[in-house]
Amino acid sequence: MAKELWEGNAAIAEAAIRAGLEAFYGYPITPQTEVLEHLSHRMIELGRVFLQAESEVASINMVYGAACTGVRVMTSSSSPGISLMQEGLSYIACSEVPAVVCNIMRGGPGLGNVQPAQGDYFQAVKSAGHGDYHMIVLAPSNVQEAIDLMVLAFDLADKYRTIAMLVADGAIGQMMEPAEMPPLRPLRKPEERGEWALTGARGREPNTITSLYLGAENLEVVNLRLQEKLRQIEANEVRWKEYDTEDAELLLVAFGTVGRICQTAVREARAKGVKVGLLRPVTLWPFPSARLAELAGQVQGMLVVEMNAGQMLQDVRLAVEGRCPIEFYGRMGGVIPLPDDILPELHKLEAAVGAG
Amino acid sequence: MAKGMVIIDEDRCKGCGLCVSVCPVNILRLAEGRFNAKGYPPVEVSDPEKCTGCASCAIICPDVVFTVYRRKRQPQPATAAA
Amino acid sequence: MATIDIPADMELVYQRPESLTPAHTHYCPGCTHGIIHRLIAEVLDELGLRERTIGIAPVGCSVLAYYYFNFDMAEAAHGRAPAMATGMKRTNPDKVVFTYQGDGDLAAIGTAEIVHSANRGELFTTIFVNNAIYGMTGGQMAPTTLPGQVSTSCPSGRDVELAGFPMHMAELLGGLPGTAYVTRQAVFDVRGIRRTKKALTTAFRAQLAGLGFTMVEVLSTCNTNWHMSVLGALEWAKDKMVGYYPLGDTKVSDAVRAMLEEK
Repeated sequence: MAKELWEGNAAIAEAAIRAGLEAFYGYPITPQTEVLEHLSHRMIELGRVFLQAESEVASINMVYGAACTGVRVMTSSSSPGISLMQEGLSYIACSEVPAVVCNIMRGGPGLGNVQPAQGDYFQAVKSAGHGDYHMIVLAPSNVQEAIDLMVLAFDLADKYRTIAMLVADGAIGQMMEPAEMPPLRPLRKPEERGEWALTGARGREPNTITSLYLGAENLEVVNLRLQEKLRQIEANEVRWKEYDTEDAELLLVAFGTVGRICQTAVREARAKGVKVGLLRPVTLWPFPSARLAELAGQVQGMLVVEMNAGQMLQDVRLAVEGRCPIEFYGRMGGVIPLPDDILPELHKLEAAVGAG
Repeated sequence: MAKGMVIIDEDRCKGCGLCVSVCPVNILRLAEGRFNAKGYPPVEVSDPEKCTGCASCAIICPDVVFTVYRRKRQPQPATAAA
Repeated sequence: MATIDIPADMELVYQRPESLTPAHTHYCPGCTHGIIHRLIAEVLDELGLRERTIGIAPVGCSVLAYYYFNFDMAEAAHGRAPAMATGMKRTNPDKVVFTYQGDGDLAAIGTAEIVHSANRGELFTTIFVNNAIYGMTGGQMAPTTLPGQVSTSCPSGRDVELAGFPMHMAELLGGLPGTAYVTRQAVFDVRGIRRTKKALTTAFRAQLAGLGFTMVEVLSTCNTNWHMSVLGALEWAKDKMVGYYPLGDTKVSDAVRAMLEEK
């Protein structure tokens, strides 16, 4: 299929359709609304389920209900709406049903604004809902990658019976770029739904889907199983991209829109003779900690750049464990750091560690 | 001959007495000095011959303690029996 | 149980419905949840729906209802069962979906979900068990606690100046255009139980026919947290609850009426 010009949000929505999305439940919120709008007509045209819910609380529980029956289902929202979904996410995680959630992040905290931001890193990676669990968190840095990761999100959610969350910021959601859509996959047939799914107990024992386990030992067993699954995901599903790291003496670490801006910063710095590379995590959870630890032995310092106050920074520090100095440059409130902002920070790091 | 009969699954009984209160022929009572596996005095039938098989006890019982039989109004010919 | 010989001229008139498991419930002695569970099971058996039913348990005393119903079930977050049911039924229109919810679940924390589901005319059935108290947490004030009724969180009795008035959910939902059949019944005596079963049959038949949202509110007792005897609770319920929450249908759409007349 040839490349076409796609707006990020519409591309995400269409990619979900191509991946076999059977039902979408969502609520309008800027800068995500185009996902819902695109699906509002495409899903109906295709005879699939689309419903605008009364709230994000309802949306995520509609997703939970549909997911219990083994269909491919998703919702999308933006930061404040994702906050409202935290309860449902926790239930879905414990119930081990597959679900896909898209967060087109905006500035916070509170109502914040509708500018692009990355302030939901902690929420997505560390603190979704209550209790011990993680979601698989995928962070695209351009429209094509958003399409590809949307499809991957469904496959990973199904494979591990877990939540896969696509986190993009409003810039990716709203930008237009040439991109190629995957072919339309056939929808899952009812008989292809998981054996665990609630499909009516015809000729079998009833299935139950619950997140309630009375008794400390019982719930610990469930938690141990969830943790084992998370370890498998960590072993199998870490994804990242590297740029100019072979001979790098300094390393930029950034994800999403900032990851893309940092590619420009690397080019410009290289033109000035600074041997800098970039590591861009594609999965924010699981995090490419092992690779960062390796690179910490190679480079003389790292600069983490984010559109927040330093959230992924903590995971970089945990991965590096003090093997090299780590500096941070962040902008908040919807301000996007530009290469001209990043380069001076890089030079400061260069001077501090004596590289070059 | 009794028109009906009830079978009581004693260990399901919680001794709430709802059945006792609705039995139209007053033949149900809670056991005295006897307890089931749950520790409740289970329901028992004081006079089985009076049972009409009305199933009121089963209808109000929250714990599915009763199975109820009723005498057929017109006995079927043996050939028609399933 | 010892084997008992059943005389040949006796016929079975009542036994545990197939849609109930043999599990003993955790409910208190005399709790009417068990009656309502059984009625749902009987109706699903009689309509031949057990193998295509998905039920949703709430948070509250009936949180473990999936141990007792012998068909596929999910456990919802507090108040969210109608949203889950919406998600299930929209993707599985051939299934029979119901939510089983208490008063705190449906009329307090889940008010948005039930009102919007009803208003959209979602094709599932809600069984709303109203016993005017929070049972599982130990007897706090519910949205349906009667004025003056004592609970652990309104120890001097519900003061409507402070806490507002009890919610009339059947009237509220019956007034919405998306609802096909909404009724309030009570399981305080054999007659009321029979009527409740009839209402449940109507609700599930209307769901099967795709006529709109259906809800059966069932007035229920909680002798434990009302601090009454089993029979005393029934008397109080008949005397006080029915006065505040009148029994009967609050919505029978023309389509449901036609369905009932058709037979």
